[in-house]
Order: sequence, then structure tokens, then C-alpha cells
Amino acid sequence: MPTRDRTTLLAAAAVLVVVLPVLNTLPPGSPFRISNFTLNLFGKFLAYAILALGIDLIWGYTGVLSLGHGVFFGLGAYAMGMHLMLEIGTQSVYKNVLPDFMVWNQVKELPLFWRPFYSGLFTLLAVVAVPAAVAFVFGYLTFRSRIRGVYFSIITQALALCAWLLFNRNSLNLGGTNGLSGFKTIFGFTLNDAGTQRALYVATALCLCGAYLLCRAITRSPAGKVLVAIRDSETRVLFSGYSPAAFKLFVFVVSAALAGVAGALYVPQVGIITPAKIGVLPSIEMIIWVAVGGRGTLLGPIVGAFGVNWLQSILTTSYPDLWLLVLGGMFVGVVLFFPDGVVGTAQKVIARLSPRQRTASPVTGAPAEPEAFEAKAGMRR
Amino acid sequence: MLRWRGQRDAQRTESTPRVALPAPPRLWTLLGALLGALLFGSAATASAAEAPPSELAAHIAGVASGDSAVQEAAAVALGKTGDRKVLPLLEALREGSVYVRDLPGGGKETVIVGDKVTEGDKTLVPLYSAYGREPLAAADGKPLLVDLASLQEVAAGRSLRLALRPLIDAFSGSSQLADPDPNVRKAAATKMGNAGDRSALPALSEALGVERERWARHAIEEAMALIDLRAGDEATRTAAAARLGALRSAIALDRLRDVVAEPAASPGLKQAALEAVKRVERWGLLTSTIETIFQGVSLSSILLLMALGLAIVFGLMGVINMAHGELMALGAYATFVVQGWFAAHAPGAFDYYFLVALPVSFLVAGAAGFALERGVIRFLYGRPLETLLLTWGVSLMIQQGLRLWFGAANVDVTSPRWLSGGVPVMVGLQLPYNRIFIIGLATVSVSAMYLLLFRTDVGLRIRAVTQNRGMAACLGVRARWVDAFTFAMGAGLAGIAGCALTQIGNVGPELGQNYIVDSFMVVVTGGVGKLLGSILAALGIGGLNKIIEPSLGAVYGKVLILVFVILFIQRRPSGLFAVKGRYADA
Repeated sequence: MPTRDRTTLLAAAAVLVVVLPVLNTLPPGSPFRISNFTLNLFGKFLAYAILALGIDLIWGYTGVLSLGHGVFFGLGAYAMGMHLMLEIGTQSVYKNVLPDFMVWNQVKELPLFWRPFYSGLFTLLAVVAVPAAVAFVFGYLTFRSRIRGVYFSIITQALALCAWLLFNRNSLNLGGTNGLSGFKTIFGFTLNDAGTQRALYVATALCLCGAYLLCRAITRSPAGKVLVAIRDSETRVLFSGYSPAAFKLFVFVVSAALAGVAGALYVPQVGIITPAKIGVLPSIEMIIWVAVGGRGTLLGPIVGAFGVNWLQSILTTSYPDLWLLVLGGMFVGVVLFFPDGVVGTAQKVIARLSPRQRTASPVTGAPAEPEAFEAKAGMRR
Repeated sequence: MLRWRGQRDAQRTESTPRVALPAPPRLWTLLGALLGALLFGSAATASAAEAPPSELAAHIAGVASGDSAVQEAAAVALGKTGDRKVLPLLEALREGSVYVRDLPGGGKETVIVGDKVTEGDKTLVPLYSAYGREPLAAADGKPLLVDLASLQEVAAGRSLRLALRPLIDAFSGSSQLADPDPNVRKAAATKMGNAGDRSALPALSEALGVERERWARHAIEEAMALIDLRAGDEATRTAAAARLGALRSAIALDRLRDVVAEPAASPGLKQAALEAVKRVERWGLLTSTIETIFQGVSLSSILLLMALGLAIVFGLMGVINMAHGELMALGAYATFVVQGWFAAHAPGAFDYYFLVALPVSFLVAGAAGFALERGVIRFLYGRPLETLLLTWGVSLMIQQGLRLWFGAANVDVTSPRWLSGGVPVMVGLQLPYNRIFIIGLATVSVSAMYLLLFRTDVGLRIRAVTQNRGMAACLGVRARWVDAFTFAMGAGLAGIAGCALTQIGNVGPELGQNYIVDSFMVVVTGGVGKLLGSILAALGIGGLNKIIEPSLGAVYGKVLILVFVILFIQRRPSGLFAVKGRYADA
């Protein structure tokens, strides 16, 4: 990457991590002040952006469309939520050490799988490990039997449906339909405090930077080249002596872990996690963030997660009826007219304007040419 | 949000009682009735009220007497006649709508009055004859309306009303036992059995002597045994308990259990009751198993209708149509609209709306599918994942469109009368007509699809394009039009599935979402483009759903099915019947 691009990226990161939180500390009434609400909203979007990066890794680079990422997001979120629930302790409505919903459901004793979540360290570990483990088992079973393309998408969608149904059950002891909420503190700090929220925002922004660097390292490594090769022609990769299943499994697990981290950062900032966040619809909405931003680029998912969610928060407050129509229109429009998304299209325009940069990065950009092969293969089946 | 099919099915089943449904009129009876009403309708209204037999006329006059003792005696006498046409008078007497009017030529007449109409300061009422409650006509043939003030009310005191009640009950019971409709006879017998009044026994045994219909006979025998079970005499009770066991009477189950728990009952009686309970319970297990299988098959039929279109389109074009569920919802809403049109414009033919709705929903969904294929999907061939996202977007838009147009709440689709009720196949088991109809519909549709695919030129072209698109195109098959046609066919099948679904489930904007994942599971398990694979997979998944549901609940059932499907495709990655070919990607 040319130095100029690197400088731009560093500047953007600095704005996100340092400038915005500092602007938040300005006294109220100052024209440059960013309100607590806006910062909190941005924090949520940044958490989504981490998730979107993970999806881009598996879909944009490896060509595997997972419609079940809401599950991994939810697993991370619930892991964090369980710890926050236990931190409430006896400050809850019923003054019981058990979370309130357990008192309603007449659970007498804390279920065994809740116990380890008293430990903050365990929780931070579980946030990554639980989604990764589920993704490993699920991915191992599916990739091993060479389930790919739309088959894989459908199976992951069924996974999302099943997870949603399960998490809605009270018998799972995870709060049923109402989910987990009513958190008071995180690692001892009061959640309502503006300072805590600012710290959470900074943590999210830093995690996003880390995720970005991780994804960049993966995509630029030799393994990253194999991923793109799998996307463009899995069969050829197989015949060249690589095992696509192993690579896909690796990316799927990384992507699930990123989703888990995103979920864990989402929960303390939003203050609630319900099964509605892990169903079929939210899982597929995450795909559209990546598609709108530009898959196969690392900047695209971040831009997409930000832009689409901003649009959603505007539309659902002022024109609630329109949102689903707009969302559906976005799916149709992006797929038909802007397959490269915002960032991909912008990159192409820039490349066309300055001919010297045309060969800058052959890896990035949505697959245009190579897919012609897949296209023929698809037509022939 | 989403709800499970199990839940909705349960609601449906609870709201429709299994017993005592009105007889489903057969098509020809309805047609005959319609014709009859047209031809003879006017004649029937103009005919004068029938005069009562002379011995009844005295009692009818007596009922209107001022003396309450005379009234009661007359009422009892009327009740004893067993003439059905007397019943309205007794009921009217209890409601206080019996009046006496002065005839123009002198003399008095007992009449029943109808609903009041206010005209100016006068209150007018239509008059009905006391015998048979026929409307009385004025000289000009119009219904007779008279001023309420010109009539004298017949007072019905408390004692009279009390005396009337059992009369009416017994009267209606025994007269219903002679009703021409076997379902009415059956219901009357069951009611009498549940009431357990010994005085009903003679009427029941008399009815049993002349009863020919199998299920009505069963109900009457059941009722008699139930009444006997309440007798004081030990031997009668023991015999009755054994009899109930032999009859596999499900309604007697609670009564029999009570007998088992009765402290005063003799060991012999207890033993008989216990054996009867066991017998009935074993029978219940058998019937509920058959019922579960039957429900599984009917669910499978819907899934099959959905999945067949999906599978054929997927095999042909490699396209997964996420909007397939919404095409199904379009079919269901088309049925709703057709129903509304019939209710508004042709209420007389309302029962036949469904026959019109079937082709209409096929055409509506088919047209939508055709537009979808020609409009957008054809630009995305060979890019299955993009198509998946695009069709998902379309499905969101259709869903929201339906919600904005018809409202977010479920709409109400009434079953035509010939689809409500069911056919009793064995004691305690009634197979509902609507589910039988759905199974038949799926069978016909799949057979038609088979004939289309394997016995026509169009089908030959579809199969050719499915096997090798390039080669088929080179040989002059217009592959793109084959695509559009097939897509429209698949969409039309989904529309039919939606139309059928209105009869057993709720119709709402989220209708499609509830079935889409299941149908995808069918496609994945069955393999693409193979009729037999789809049929077997639909039967398997639908059946498994219904078998697991009662023991584990709908949620764990779904999870188990997913696990099952994943394990299954470990063994057979391309489904039950893989398309054999040389392509590594196949």
C-alpha cells in the first residue's frame, strides 16, 4: 500500500480513537461537542463494523456466504451479558443474587454453566472462544463434506433459525424473549457514567483497529491468496493440492471470533441483548452492510456498517414503514447495480482517473473477471 | 415475529371441535338446493301456514289460557305429542313472545311474534303461526305486520317456565334423535348420554332400533352405556363399564376413571372399569398415532408443493429463490381477496370461492414469479449467492408491501363448508376434509408436474437445459424462455401451496418466512431437480416434524431436524439423489 494511503488510514484511526472522545469531553454548549448519545451510537456502529470485517473475510475474500453470523454475534453478546448480569448481584429488583428473570422463572439456584461467568477473565476468554468453538464444530462438519455455495448459506440460515428458537426458550435460562438487560456496572465501573461509556467507545475503536490489522495481515499473507483463489475457483485450488476445507474452516472460525468480540462490545454500550438480534433477519442484514460498503475490500465493511446503520436509525424513527422497503431495495440495488459497493466503486473510479495506480492492489475489489469461470460452472450444473 | 407451525396448528385444532360438526353438504346437494331455491323459492313463501291437527289445536288454545294450571297441563300435553312443529311454540312461550290476536271473523288465535319494528309511534311485529312457526301472510301476500298494542300478551309465570324447561329439553332431545341428519342424531345421543338421565333410556333404545347409520348407532349405544354406568345396580354398572370398553368410548374415559377411584364400588365393578380404561387408552394411542401420521403427511404435502418449485428452479438455474415464501404468501392473500369478492358480489355461491381461488392464486404467484425472473434474476445467472441476496431483498419488499396493503394483522379466510368437518374412519378418529383435500391437491400437482416434465416437449426442453445448458442452447432450445417458464411454474406451485395453507393455518405477512427454511431443508436433503428426492425428503421432514413435536416440543424438534439434515448430508452431500455428471462442481 502506498505511503499516502497509509497516512490517510492512520489519520482516520486517530480521528476515531482520539479526536471523537476528546470532542465528547468538551463542555456542553460548545459547537464542536459530540453528545454522549452520538458517541454511544458511534460506539455501537463501530462494534457492528468489527462484525462486518469478519463477514467480509469469509464472504468478500473467501466467497463463502454465511447467513448465520448473528448467532456468533449473539454468543459473544450473551457471554458478556451473563457476566454483567452476575455483576448486578443483589442490586437487582428482587435483591437476590440470582438475575431477576430467574427469580420470575422460579429458578432456585444459579445454573452450572453460569458460574464461571463470575470471573471477568473467563468472560473475556469465552467471548472469543465460545463463538469460535461453535463455528469450528459447525464448520468442520459442513466444509468437510464439501457443502458449499448456496447449500452452505441455507444450512447457516437454518442454524440462525434454530438458535433464535432456542434462545427464546425460558428453559435455556438465558432470559427467554426478554434477553439480558438491566446491567449496572462493568468490571466495577458504573455503566451509566459518561466516562465509562467513553472508555467503552475507545475500547471498541481500538478493537476495530486491531481487527482491521488482523484482517489485513490475513489477506496479505500467502494464506490470503489461497482464500481469494478459493473464492474464484475452489475446484482449481483443490486440484492444485491445497485443502480448501482447512482454509475455509480457519477463516470461518476467525470471522466467528470477530463477531463474538463485536457482540461483547455491543452489549455494555446498548445495555440489552435479546434473541431478536440473532435471528434470520438480523443475520442477513449484516450481509447487506458488507455488500453496500464493498466486499473484498477492508474499508468497505466499516463504511457499510456505519452508513447502513446510520440510515436505519434515521429512517426507523421518522418513517418506520419505509425501512423494510428501503432495506429490500438496497439488496436489489446493490446486487444489480453496484456489486462492488461504495468503496469498491470509488476505488475503480479513482483507478480509472489515475492510470498509474491501476495495478496497485490486484487482491482487493470484488471479483469481476474471475467469477466468469464460476459463472460458466454454475450454468452447466 | 416468527411463530412456529406447531403452535398455529394447535390453535386451529383446538378451535375446531371434532364432534358435532354440521354435515358437510356434498356438491350435488348444494347445487340441487340452489336450483330448488331458484325455482320454487317464491312458491314456498306464499304457501299458507299449515293448520295444526285438531287434537293439538285445543292444547294450543289452552296454552294461551289465563289460568296457569290449564297452561301447564296444555304445555305438558303438547310436549308429549313429540311433534317437532310444537317445539317453537314452547320455546316462544318461555321467551314470552306468544300473543293472542282477534281474528277478523270473531274468535281468537294464538300466534308467535317476531322482532319488533318501530314505525312512527306504533310498534309493529311480524306474526308467525303457533304450529310450526310459519310466517303469516296478509291478504296481499306480504308478510303480516300488526300493531303490538292490538295483541294480548300470554303471561308465562315462573312455575310454567320451570315446567317448560325439561319439556323442551326432552322434546328437543328425542325429536333430534329422529332428525334426518345423522350428525344431529349423533350429537343428541351424546348429549343425552352426558346428561345421564335415566328417563332418556326408552327414547334411546327406541332410536337404536331404527337407527341405520353406523356412527349414530355407536353414539346411541355409548349414551345408553353411560347412563347405565350411573345406575345404582352393581350388575348393570359392571356390564355398562365392559360395554364402554368394547365401544372404545373416549368420552367415557373420565367417568370410568371416577368409577375406578370410587371407594364404594365393588371389586368386580372396579376390575371391569379398569379393563375398560385400559382398552380405551390403548385405542386412543392407536388413533392418535394415525392422526399424527396423517397430520405429518398433510404438512409434507404443503412442504412438497413449496419445495418442488424451489428444487426444479435450483436444478435448472442454480438459483435459490428466497422470495419463494413470499410468492406463497401472495397466493394466500389472493385467496383472501377472491373470498372477499365472493362475499361482496356473489354471497350465494360463496362456498365455491375456493375453486376460483385455486387457479387465481396459481396465476397471481406465477405472474409475480415470471416478472421476477424476467425483471431481475436473468441478469444474475451464474452468480447464485448474489441471486440469493437479491431475492431476499425482493422478499422483504413483498412482505412489507403486503403489510402496508392488508395490515400487519392476520387476515381471516373462512373455509368453505364442503371443506369443514371430516370423515370418521374409526371410533375416535376423524380425518378433516381440509387436510385430505390438501393431500389430494399435492398429489394432483406433483403428478401434473411429473407429466409436464417427462411426457411433454416443454418438459423435455426443461430437462435438456438442466442437464447441459450450453448444448441445449446450441441445439435450438431457447434456454432463457425455458428458465422464465419454469420459474413461473415453480412460483405458481408456491401460490397453490399458499392457497391450500389458508385452510389449515393463519394468513399474515410473515406467512412465507415460517415455511421457507423447512422447504430449503427439503431441497438440500432431496437433491436438486429430482422429483422423487423432493417427495421423499418432504415426507421425511414433514413427518419427522410432527412425530418429534409432541414429545420434545416444536423448538427442539426443529433443532433436531437441523442436526439430522447436517448429519445426513455428511453421507450424501448432494442429497438423496445426486445428479450424475462429470463436473467437479456438481
